[in-house]
Amino acid sequence: MKPDVRTIPANWWLRRSPPWWLRRRPYFLFMVREFTSVFVGAYVVIFLMMIRRLNEGQAAYEAFLASLQSPLAIVFHMVALAFAVFHTVTWFHLTPKAMAVRIGEERVKPALIIAPNYAAWAVISAIVAWFLLG
Amino acid sequence: MANSTPEGTMRLEVFRYFPEKGEEPHFQTYEVPFRKDWVVLDALNYIKDQSDGSLTFRWSCRMGVCGSCGVMVNGVPKLGCSAFLRDYYPNPIRVEPLANFPVLRDLVFQLDSFLEKLKSIQPWIVRRDGEKPVSDGEYLQTPAQHARFKDFSMCINCMLCYAACPVVGMEPHFLGPAAIALAQRYNLDSRDAGREQRQETVSSHDGIWQCTFIGQCSAVCPKHVDPAGAIQQAKLASTVDWFKEVLWPFGGREKR
Repeated sequence: MKPDVRTIPANWWLRRSPPWWLRRRPYFLFMVREFTSVFVGAYVVIFLMMIRRLNEGQAAYEAFLASLQSPLAIVFHMVALAFAVFHTVTWFHLTPKAMAVRIGEERVKPALIIAPNYAAWAVISAIVAWFLLG
Repeated sequence: MANSTPEGTMRLEVFRYFPEKGEEPHFQTYEVPFRKDWVVLDALNYIKDQSDGSLTFRWSCRMGVCGSCGVMVNGVPKLGCSAFLRDYYPNPIRVEPLANFPVLRDLVFQLDSFLEKLKSIQPWIVRRDGEKPVSDGEYLQTPAQHARFKDFSMCINCMLCYAACPVVGMEPHFLGPAAIALAQRYNLDSRDAGREQRQETVSSHDGIWQCTFIGQCSAVCPKHVDPAGAIQQAKLASTVDWFKEVLWPFGGREKR
């Protein structure tokens, strides 16, 4: 390339507004998927706080459980649950991309890779439910 | 060019840039006949032939094989020869050069960075013990062995995946979808022994770990190469490598 020719820098597309992830639906859904992990992370923090209160004794633990009954805490949990489900389902459906399982010349159908994720989810949920409710 | 009768006209807003004039790029509007069997490339060629010879763009085969005519059509990377006007009619369409590359003139962008990335992954078969003499016969491969990499070998280097990937725009050194898919194509080839050499590039900071799995590279690929799949599979293989090295006795090396 001749040095005296002025080219437009490669980031001309990204520099435009609105930001790239607001321009097309697939980009936006990607951002939503990434953003939902914030709520998954926040829930883990709450869970760790609960374990800490449990360690501090019965009174501290019960006070913590009472604080979770507030409307704000309930709304947060519902939002976090919805986002955690979205996060989980979107990733389940991406597993066939990462796992190329072949039998002979044929690649195993994506649905057969996705299904065991749901099965494992159901089994683990059942075990947790059995622990808590049984 | 097709001989069908026009059924109206269509407006094209085309990205124009003249490097010698020292002015900012702008959009120029052209009216072209609307024909059901016309693609964006037909419209661009009509403009160049009939109204504005200065319009500059790359093309060659006009049948989705050469990979030269990639443009942004209404913000989505497409081969100009495969984007039908009828899918947009009667709305106007906006034609721009592929995103994430420096623009030289109008729809022509500079592809040097892409060629460097392609070269860096050693896209050729690396033999374990050198080439065997011709008298020893061919390197045989079963249909199942061939099927493992066939899809990844269909790439025509059209660079639509680079234009669809925001990470390429934000991290200019990112190897990018097509180069990694091609690395995977050779890594999965039963005749190849170059994976360890390629890993230095593929699994480096600028390699697979930059990918955040937006997945649009695969969505825009005209040859269904699925580079997003190739990258995730390479991540999985690299992770397995790491576990072997760290957790397995003797680094699992005797198995390689």
